[in-house]
Amino acid sequence: MASLKDLRNRIASVKATQKITKAMQMVAAAKLRRAQEAAEAARPYSERMGAVLANITQAIGGGGDAPALMTGTGRDDVHLLIVCTAERGLCGGFNSQIARLARDHIRRLLADGKQVKIICVGKKGYDILRRDYGSLILERVDLREVKTLGFVNADAIARKVIHLFNEGGFDICTLFYSQFKSVISQIPTAQQIIPAAQASATADAGSGGAVYEYEPEPGEILSDLIPRNIAVQIFRALLENAAGEMGAKMSAMDNATRNAGDMINRLSITYNRQRQAQITKELIEIISGAEAL
Amino acid sequence: MAEAFKFELVSPERLLVSEQVESVVIPGAEGEMTVMAEHAPVMTTIKPGVVTVKAAGGKEDRYVVFGGFADILPSGCTLLAESAVHVNDIDRADLARRIQDAKEDAADAKDDVARSRAEQFLAQLTTLEGALLPA
Repeated sequence: MASLKDLRNRIASVKATQKITKAMQMVAAAKLRRAQEAAEAARPYSERMGAVLANITQAIGGGGDAPALMTGTGRDDVHLLIVCTAERGLCGGFNSQIARLARDHIRRLLADGKQVKIICVGKKGYDILRRDYGSLILERVDLREVKTLGFVNADAIARKVIHLFNEGGFDICTLFYSQFKSVISQIPTAQQIIPAAQASATADAGSGGAVYEYEPEPGEILSDLIPRNIAVQIFRALLENAAGEMGAKMSAMDNATRNAGDMINRLSITYNRQRQAQITKELIEIISGAEAL
Repeated sequence: MAEAFKFELVSPERLLVSEQVESVVIPGAEGEMTVMAEHAPVMTTIKPGVVTVKAAGGKEDRYVVFGGFADILPSGCTLLAESAVHVNDIDRADLARRIQDAKEDAADAKDDVARSRAEQFLAQLTTLEGALLPA
């Protein structure tokens, strides 16, 4: 049985932990708001981009001059996976969920005899995937130094990917990230970005099928647009991830704070009981001593 | 007074402008163009330059954009800029950095097409710098 002093120390240490988790929760809440705002601010751009892209694809009508980035190489032998995770842990199952989705995907591809290459964005995903598929990881992008995610960060990744594609490094590129649904729910998602999924091309343009004039030619605009669209997709994934990470961290830290509170309660009860028992014991000793006289 | 239409300037980070305007001057890839209400539908890429927005109230605002494209409809105009800043907030150092990057790109270009493209971009940037510096 632990002594009174041990219990006191234990309670003090759990209280200190609780303070830390509480502080982390509040920091995450503040950051979450900012991340959410950033994600919302970026939404108009990606929406318009989708509309414009749908429009222009319609104009070209899937003709032969669509760039390879859109139609793909026609093979699916080499897959590139971009796995976006957080840079930091202590956010519940957030990172492992994304990693699990990616790992299932990798396993399936490897079982089909495909070749797999991985680019890790974020430290945690790299740490998890390195154990099983270390040899497949081409690169890891470190965003730890980045205070506020900018489009340049996404653009840099997109450039690497496009460069790799032009060199014939892969046929199909899939982006793994966590969709931010709400503070308590983030959905790990796999999204194919190269070749662009056909679903986006058939989406309603929303402009009532206006006949556009193009300046310069549609093909030329498209070849400019598609790389940018990839960067936008990655940017959106990064922003959603940032918001999701903060949401996950907030609820994880909220749980931790509550657990610490429960623990303190339990320990306090044990402490009080023991103290009471000791007092009773001392009293009995005194009384029986007095009776013996 | 000219008819007003809806103009939106969007960069990946945020929505910069969304208001009723009288006219907008866009630095199109094949020359500047002024967009007014009921413009024929046009889609154009834009080069680095200055976008001049004349609001419905007559107030003029200028924004620096670095590439992107514009989607013009009779009912409105959407400008998707790779990055955009208000002319007053433009950062000299940032512009210098972009020019430096463009120079490196031009030097690294593997084939003629890429090189001429990079050089063109560089030239546009330097013109832009020249236009902004005295301001």
